Amino acid sequence: MTDLATRPAPAPVAPAPKRGAKERWVRRAPLLPALIFAIIVTQVPFLVTLYLSTQGWNALRPGQREFVGFDNYLTVLTDTRLRAALFNTVLLTAGAVIFSLILGLALAILLDRKFLGRSVVRTLLITPFLVMPIAAALLWKHAIYNPTYGLINGIFGGSTDWVSSYPKAAVIATLVWQWTPFMMLILLAGLQSQSHEVLEAAKVDGANAWQIFRRMTIPHLRQYLELGALLGSIYLVNTFDAVFTITQGGPGTATTNLPYEIYLTMFRKFEYGEASAAGVIVVVLTIIVATFALRVISGLFKVEANR
Amino acid sequence: MNRRLIDSAWGVVAWVAGIVFVFPVIWMVLTSFKQENAAASNPPSWIFEPTFDQYALVFERNMTPFLLNSLMASIFSTLLVILLATPAAYALSLRPVEKWSDSLFFFISTKMMPVVAAFLPVYLLVKHAGMLDNVWTMVILYTSMNLPLAVWMMRSFLLEVPREVLEAGEVDGAGLLTSIRKIILPIVSPGLAATALICFIFAWNEFFLALNLTATNSSTAPIFLVGFISSEGAFLARLCAAATIVSLPVLIAGWLAQNKLVRGLSMGAVK
Amino acid sequence: MRRSRITLAAVAACALALSACSGAGTTGDSSSSEGGAKEITVLMVGNPQMEDIQKLTADHFTKSTGITVKYTILPENELRDKVTQDVANQGGQYDVVTIGAYEVPIWSKNGWLHELSTQMDADTAYDKADLLKPMVTVASGEDGKMYGAPFYGESSLLMYNKEMFEAKGLTMPEKPTWQQVADLAAKVDDKANGVAGICLRGLPGWGEGIASLTTIVNTYGGTWFEKDWTPKLNAPEFKEATKFYVDLARAHGEPGVAQSGFTECLNVFSQGKSAMWYDATSAAGTVEDPNASKVAGKVGYAYAPVNKTDFSGWLWSWDWAMPKTTKKQDDAWKFISWATSKEYEQLVGKELGWSRLPAGKRTSTYSIPEYKESAAAFADITLESIANADPVNPGLQERPATGVQFVAIPEFQDLGTKVSQEIAAALTGQKTVDQALDAGQKLAEDVAKKYK
Repeated sequence: MTDLATRPAPAPVAPAPKRGAKERWVRRAPLLPALIFAIIVTQVPFLVTLYLSTQGWNALRPGQREFVGFDNYLTVLTDTRLRAALFNTVLLTAGAVIFSLILGLALAILLDRKFLGRSVVRTLLITPFLVMPIAAALLWKHAIYNPTYGLINGIFGGSTDWVSSYPKAAVIATLVWQWTPFMMLILLAGLQSQSHEVLEAAKVDGANAWQIFRRMTIPHLRQYLELGALLGSIYLVNTFDAVFTITQGGPGTATTNLPYEIYLTMFRKFEYGEASAAGVIVVVLTIIVATFALRVISGLFKVEANR
Repeated sequence: MNRRLIDSAWGVVAWVAGIVFVFPVIWMVLTSFKQENAAASNPPSWIFEPTFDQYALVFERNMTPFLLNSLMASIFSTLLVILLATPAAYALSLRPVEKWSDSLFFFISTKMMPVVAAFLPVYLLVKHAGMLDNVWTMVILYTSMNLPLAVWMMRSFLLEVPREVLEAGEVDGAGLLTSIRKIILPIVSPGLAATALICFIFAWNEFFLALNLTATNSSTAPIFLVGFISSEGAFLARLCAAATIVSLPVLIAGWLAQNKLVRGLSMGAVK
Repeated sequence: MRRSRITLAAVAACALALSACSGAGTTGDSSSSEGGAKEITVLMVGNPQMEDIQKLTADHFTKSTGITVKYTILPENELRDKVTQDVANQGGQYDVVTIGAYEVPIWSKNGWLHELSTQMDADTAYDKADLLKPMVTVASGEDGKMYGAPFYGESSLLMYNKEMFEAKGLTMPEKPTWQQVADLAAKVDDKANGVAGICLRGLPGWGEGIASLTTIVNTYGGTWFEKDWTPKLNAPEFKEATKFYVDLARAHGEPGVAQSGFTECLNVFSQGKSAMWYDATSAAGTVEDPNASKVAGKVGYAYAPVNKTDFSGWLWSWDWAMPKTTKKQDDAWKFISWATSKEYEQLVGKELGWSRLPAGKRTSTYSIPEYKESAAAFADITLESIANADPVNPGLQERPATGVQFVAIPEFQDLGTKVSQEIAAALTGQKTVDQALDAGQKLAEDVAKKYK
């Protein structure tokens, strides 16, 4: 196993000499189907969202649709629920990513050793990631957290209502359970790409295990940690199944994240205009965050990008 | 100190961690073999007479169309993704077009946008096109969901093709098709399989779009699963049975292709 | 390299095999209707009565009419979102849907449903006059025509564990007041042995915790809105009732009240972990089923507890309705009339057992000897409770919209759910009742603006 950093990086291609228009199109041709497909399926709906966000339109009151300009944006931006949802999204995403990274790192270090049945343990550990997310959420809600017949209270006693008492932790724990294997796999690959000679040399020089870990392993793992955090965030910021299933966003608005809040506006309140305005705001926020995230990505893929 | 002893001690720790992590899944499978009132007993019942009643109940509900729909949506979207992503990745790696990084980042940025934020127009457009409750709608949407990942993955796999070999082939007069078949494909095919596996998993597990865009004809496995939740009766055991069945294809695929999983999940960045 | 090529080949082969059988796969679609065989699509909630009809359809309905019925079953929350979405947007994906007493008046007004009165009147065997009055009222639109055909109906009642009451020498009045219930709960509560005094719904959702709470609010003299749409969530009566409910639930309720809906309570009560349970009359059938319940035969029944009103039971029915978008009106009616007929009740009784009969909608149900025998303990109270529930005037003041445990306006789905989340926060002690209701009042004021 090699890692991204040690991958042989061929010399960058010299800026292409002026090619003919025809040649340029021939080169572009293979890209076009995918590009056009992505633009149609993702960008056209967004334009429609822009249009819908200017409409005062509640689907439960047919025939009362009108142009309202920026009213919807005003409503949404002054609504404290959206701010709460934004905060919850950040908290849930960050919580899930950080804890799964820490656990994933610990497990990766365990699995980096040789022991009897290592491949079996690895198989066991990746299993949570393969369980259907909606099934996982249902399983945790009903079979594990349930105050009367759930597994936690069943084993440890007591009658704590986990979902109501610790709603955020309950959602995060479920997500961490599912995503730790993901982090573990990435970090394990990182650990295994460390050069053994260098580690041995460090040992010979009298460095202890902790020093080696801190001075050599962690810096080496840095880009893997970043990659895991980034990809994890991309997936987890969209968390819907777990919130919808485990807490329904509650109690109060304790676990209502942005996707769920928009869903509520869209298909509980049926305020299509407001939902679209909220959607547009989220997309703008995403673009801002993405610009930063993309910088990280391009750093991570820098070596390859040289081609 | 006895090195071997320490090693085996760590092995025990790893085993314990593995079992703790997989335990909820084991519990799910155990529960699926219980009767409803044993499934919801307190304290949990560890020893019980296994029953296949819940599985019988699940199969009684005509699961086949749901599984077929899921298979169709997953496999066809995966095929379509590969067909679209591979040439695109080729144009972004081996024969890069100008400003290729812009399109690469465009693809990944579509993945960052929450599906819910732009779902309403998708729903309305699909409805106007008369494409609600149609497997092909799901194929198209799953394709767009997985396309960014696949482009990134395939690109990093294609970058592994040694340029010298490719150029040598060209000097020898090998056409594009020949070099694809003889040089590129053998090197890339493991990556292709990894890409396909990841796309398949994500499509199979998708819930939100399926819930909102399908009805009776094209509902997928996750929709079948939630049908076992009842607000007026016990359902845990049968839910676990259904969850076990619908999770099985992905579990098996993932177990068998563990090594592909790592590369795929990291979009090819990690081997 | 060879191995990976094999993998690839395997993937390709799989794909080919699948595309070959995609013809078979799409039989899930329209192609299955061989030679114009008739087929209708039905979306329904995943309750036991609905599961029963799914079991019986092929051998009975399809056999006699030649109409294939394709069901989609969803949990209640998903169902509501989905049905509303499909009907409001004229998605036209379903020929028949289950909707509740809440949706009928709103949707019929919007012109989203076919009226069913004409067909019901035309069919003498259907015997529309046999349907219970309150069930007809809640399934009718403003124009007096029926837009939903009741499948089963329910009110609410108080169930109690007779063994536990006898052991402590307590008696339950036939028509208890809430104060009596609270006192009894305090006496019968046995935390040390894991037995709660009373099981109450607290699960967020306008059809879950809010249903129980609103009946208490009604009988304490409170209301969501006054006749002129003034919201009254922070009025003294509403607060008193909510405090009573929250205090009772916190002091003597089951563990995890805020996560308990019907299903969770059913489990707690039927496992003998609670001495009382206030919930739907339709729970009684399951509680008395020895296969599912450890307390079968030991349960006593009392009317829904009251304070200032004479009755306080709620009124709910799951109805079959036909969206305007259906193109198969005749076939859909054939299905609906079969599902809500007297003979279907007989069929369920004979095939699946009399306790599973979808009751609470027809007067004649309560004179079927076998049903009377199986439901002896609770049939009379159920029938009385339904008959005395008044969806137009359930409390002490006039209401701007119908509904006992809900307010039949489109905004209530959202309002009720959000308020229930606030109440859940009060149940778990994260907020005080005052804070929760002040927040609820604000939400209700937003809604009221559209009506004033």
